[in-house]
Amino acid sequence: MASISMTVNGKSVTGTVEDRTLLVNFIRENVGLTGTHVGCDTSQCGACVVHVDGIAVKSCTMLAVQADGRSVTTIEGLASGDQLHPVQAAFREHHGLQCGFCTPGMIMAAVDMINRYGANLDEATIRHELEGNICRCTGYHNIVKAIQAAANEMAGLTQAAE
Amino acid sequence: MGVEGIGARVTRKEDKRFITGKGRYTDDIALKDMTQAVFVRSPHAHAKILSIDVSKAKAAPGVVDVLTGADLAGDKIGGLICGWMIHSKDGTPMKAGAHPAIAFDKVRHVGDQVAVVIAETKNQARDAAELVEVEYEVLPAIIDLAGATAPGAPQVHAEAPNNLIYDWEIGDKAATDAALASAARIVTMDIVNNRLSPNPMEPRSAIGSYDEAEEHFTLYNTTQNPHVARLVLSAFVGIAPEHKLRVVAPDVGGGFGAKIFIYPEETVALWASKRIGGRPVKWTADRTEAFLTDCHGRDHVTHAEMGFDANNKIVGFRVHTIANLGAYMSTFSSSVPTYLYATLLSGQYDIPAIHANVEAVYTNTVPVDAYRGAGRPEATYLLERMMETAARELGEDPVELRRKNFITSFPHQTPVIMCYDAGDYEAHMSKALEASDYAGFAARKAESAARGKLRGIGLSCYIEACGIAPSQAVGSLGAGVGLWESAEVRVNPVGSIEILTGSHSHGQGHETTFAQLVNERLGVGINNIQIVHGDTDKVQFGMGTYGSRSGAVGMSAIVKALDKVEAKAKKIAAHLMEASEADIVIENGELKVAGTDKKLPFFQVALAAYTAHNLPAGMEPGLKEGAFYDPSNFTFPSGTYVCEVEVDPETGKVEIMQFVAADDFGNIINPMIVEGQVHGGLAQGIGQALLEGVSYDTESGQLLTGSYMDYTMPRADDVPSFNVMHTKTVCPGNPLGMKGCGEAGAIGSPPAVINAITNAIGVRDISMPATPAKVWAAIHGNA
Repeated sequence: MASISMTVNGKSVTGTVEDRTLLVNFIRENVGLTGTHVGCDTSQCGACVVHVDGIAVKSCTMLAVQADGRSVTTIEGLASGDQLHPVQAAFREHHGLQCGFCTPGMIMAAVDMINRYGANLDEATIRHELEGNICRCTGYHNIVKAIQAAANEMAGLTQAAE
Repeated sequence: MGVEGIGARVTRKEDKRFITGKGRYTDDIALKDMTQAVFVRSPHAHAKILSIDVSKAKAAPGVVDVLTGADLAGDKIGGLICGWMIHSKDGTPMKAGAHPAIAFDKVRHVGDQVAVVIAETKNQARDAAELVEVEYEVLPAIIDLAGATAPGAPQVHAEAPNNLIYDWEIGDKAATDAALASAARIVTMDIVNNRLSPNPMEPRSAIGSYDEAEEHFTLYNTTQNPHVARLVLSAFVGIAPEHKLRVVAPDVGGGFGAKIFIYPEETVALWASKRIGGRPVKWTADRTEAFLTDCHGRDHVTHAEMGFDANNKIVGFRVHTIANLGAYMSTFSSSVPTYLYATLLSGQYDIPAIHANVEAVYTNTVPVDAYRGAGRPEATYLLERMMETAARELGEDPVELRRKNFITSFPHQTPVIMCYDAGDYEAHMSKALEASDYAGFAARKAESAARGKLRGIGLSCYIEACGIAPSQAVGSLGAGVGLWESAEVRVNPVGSIEILTGSHSHGQGHETTFAQLVNERLGVGINNIQIVHGDTDKVQFGMGTYGSRSGAVGMSAIVKALDKVEAKAKKIAAHLMEASEADIVIENGELKVAGTDKKLPFFQVALAAYTAHNLPAGMEPGLKEGAFYDPSNFTFPSGTYVCEVEVDPETGKVEIMQFVAADDFGNIINPMIVEGQVHGGLAQGIGQALLEGVSYDTESGQLLTGSYMDYTMPRADDVPSFNVMHTKTVCPGNPLGMKGCGEAGAIGSPPAVINAITNAIGVRDISMPATPAKVWAAIHGNA
C-alpha cells in the first residue's frame, strides 16, 4: 500500500492505494468522480482519458502512484462553473454523442488535440488523431464536426484575446 | 413546425450530464456495504466439471463467499430461457437444452461461468478467483457451424441430437421449385455472414441488492428492457415475484441488441445478495468478458439460388441457411434467423415465389442473438449480393435490374408473411444515384486507374421490418411476449409534464424526441417536460427499446395517452370558458375557443384540474392518463445506399471514397438525431464489411478475438464522412407516420461495400471482413 496525494480538478486529494491500483480506479472509487470510464482495459478505447499535468493520458494505463504529486483534470473539471468548455458545447451543438459513454474521453482527447494543433485541424488530422478513442454510436461523423468547430472557435477566441 | 416540435433539429436535453461527466451508468453506482463479484470462467470450450474446490478461495483475504452451480441448483434458481418458440417443418418444437446461470455438470463454451467469488474489493475477488480449483474432463468441441450436424460431431446438449435446434421453413416450396425449374437463368451463390461482437462501449454491469426485512430485491442493470428483465427473472428464473423485484436501468451506454437479453450475471448478482445476507453484489464485465459473454450476432452460412425469366424478371428465390446459435439459446435467439430474417427475403422486389429453409445449430461458442438489425442485415446482405452478382452475370446494369424488379404498388403482400404498407423505392434510388453522381463513375474510375488504383461502386437497396410489432401476429409466430408499448402522461398542477414510458434510451435521445412530441401537441416547452423511464417502480410495464420500435411503437403510445389528456383538458377549458367542447383548439400552449378571443393557458387548465373547484359535473379531478399501444403492422423503412471505394492493388487496402445513404423513414421527429442513428449504423455495417469478425480456433474453441487488440473496431479514420439524405412516404400504420431508423445503416451498408469492392477488383465474391490481406489475395489470385 502507498499513500499518495495529487490535485484533481484543482482540489487536493490524498489516499492509500495498493501499488497495482490504476489511476482510473483511484479517480472513480477514491475520489468519487465517475465521469471517467473504463471501456476496454487494453488502452485502446480511450473512455478513460484524463489530463495529467495538462497532457492527455489513458488513466487505465497509468498507476495511481505514478500520478502522485501531479495535477489531474477529469471531465468534471473541464467546465468553468456553468460555462461549458468550447469542446463540450460543440459536442452538444453538433450531436457528437449518443449513449455518452465514450464522450468524456473523447472530449478530453479532443481538448488535448486542439491544444497541440490549434486551428490547423483538418478532417484527416482529426480522424487520425482519434485512433485511440473508440465510439460505437456516432460513426464519428459528428464527433469530427464537433472537434473541428471547437478548434475553429477556440482559435477565434485566442485571436480575439490577442 | 414549432422550434421545439416535431421536425425541429433540437439539441439534446440529456447531453449536459454526459458532456460534464455526470451521466449515471450502472457501474457508477456505489451502494452501502456493496461487495464485488468476479466469475470463474471455463478455459475449455467443452468439458465435464468433475469437481470444484472453493476452500482456498473462501479463505482468501476479503472474500465474503464463493458460490457454484450446485449452490444455485440447491436454491432452486431456474435456468435462463429462450422466449420465442420455433417449430421445425415437421411440426416438432425446437430442441432447447438447459441454460443454468452457473454451469454445474458441463461447460459449453470458453467463458462459461463455473463459480462466482464475492469479496470486499474487486482485486480481492480477482485474486481469490485464481484459487478456485476446477477439475475438468475436456471433451471434443464443435466450433464450426457447417460441421455441427455432421454424424459424430461432438454433442453440445443431449436434448438436441446432431446439434440441430430446429429445421424450419417458410414460403411455398413447390411453387419455388417449379419457378426455378422454369427459369431462363439461375444465379447461385454461397454467402457467409460473419460473426460479430456488438461491443457497446459500456460493458455490461449488474448490482443485485436484497432487503431482508422487506424480502425485496433491486437490480441495477445495463438493460434495454428493464420490465422484460423483471418478468423473466421473476416468472421463469424464480428470483422473486414481480412485486418483490425492482429493476432499474440507469443511463445505458449503448446496447445494439446485446443488452436486450437476460444474462447469467444479473441472475447471480441478485441471488448472491440474498445468499450473503443482503449486502449488495456488483459485477461489471471487463472487455474480454464482454467478448466471452455478450451475445454475438449474425454467423450464417447460406446457399441461395435466384431464377430469372428471359426479361430478367425474378421468378423465384430458394434459400438454405445454417445459423449458429452458439452454446445456449439466448432470450430471443430463435427468432433472429427465422422471422426476423426470412420474412425479409423479398427485399424491395416483386418475387412471386420464395422458399427458405433454416437450420439452427448449437456449437461450443458464445450464444448468438440479436445484434443491430437482427436477421434483416443477413437477409439484405444475401439479397443485395445476389442482385449485384445477377446483374453482372445477366449483363444488365445493377441499377436497371433492380428497377425492373421493384415493387411499385402498395400494399404489397410478399410470399414470406410480410405485407408492405407504403414505400417509393424509385424515389430513394434516384436520389442516391444523383447524390453520388453515379453517371460520372466511369470518369472517376479512369482517374483512379491513372494513379494505379482500382475504383469500384456498389449499391444496396434494403428494406427492413421494424417497430416490432403486432402482438397477435408475433404471438402466432411463437413470441412469448406481446410487443406493444405503454405510456403515461402526468400533467402537474403547474402545467409541467412527466411522461412515463416503457421504452428505454441507450443513446437514442428519447428525453428530447419524446418531449418534442408533447411540445407539438400541448405547446409546453421541452424543458418543462420530463421523460421517466428505466425503472419498474416508476413505469408500470413496457417492452423496452430494440428493433427500432421506440418511435413507431413507444411514441404512438404517448400519442394515445396525449389524446386522452387533450380530450379532458378541452372538456375543462370548455366548462371554464362556457363554450362548446367541440370549439376548443390547442395552439401554442393555450386552449382557445375557436373564432373568439377567449383563451386559457394550458397551465391554468391543469391547475383547474387539480384544484377541482370548478369542474364539469361528474368529472374526476386530476390530469393524468395512460395508454397501451399495439401496432397494426410492422413498419417498413427502406433506402438506397451507394458506396464507392478505391482499392490499392499493392496493399489490398480499401478506402471508402464516398458513401451515400438515402432513407425513407416516414415522418421524422428530430432530423439531427435520425442522421446520427444512420451514421452510427453505417459505421457498424462498414465495420462488418471491412474490419470486424469474431474468430475462434476451430480445434480448441479458444476465442482468438477477445480484446480490442484482436477484434478490429472501426476507428475514426476507417470511415468517411457520410452523405445522408431522406425521402418520405408516410407510414399509414401509426399515428405519427413514423417508420424507425435505428438499424437501417447497419442493415443496408455491408452489401454496398462488398458490391463496390468486388466491382473494383473484378471478383465474384469476397468474404467479410474484406481485410487488406484478403483483398490483396483476391486481386493476385491467391484467394
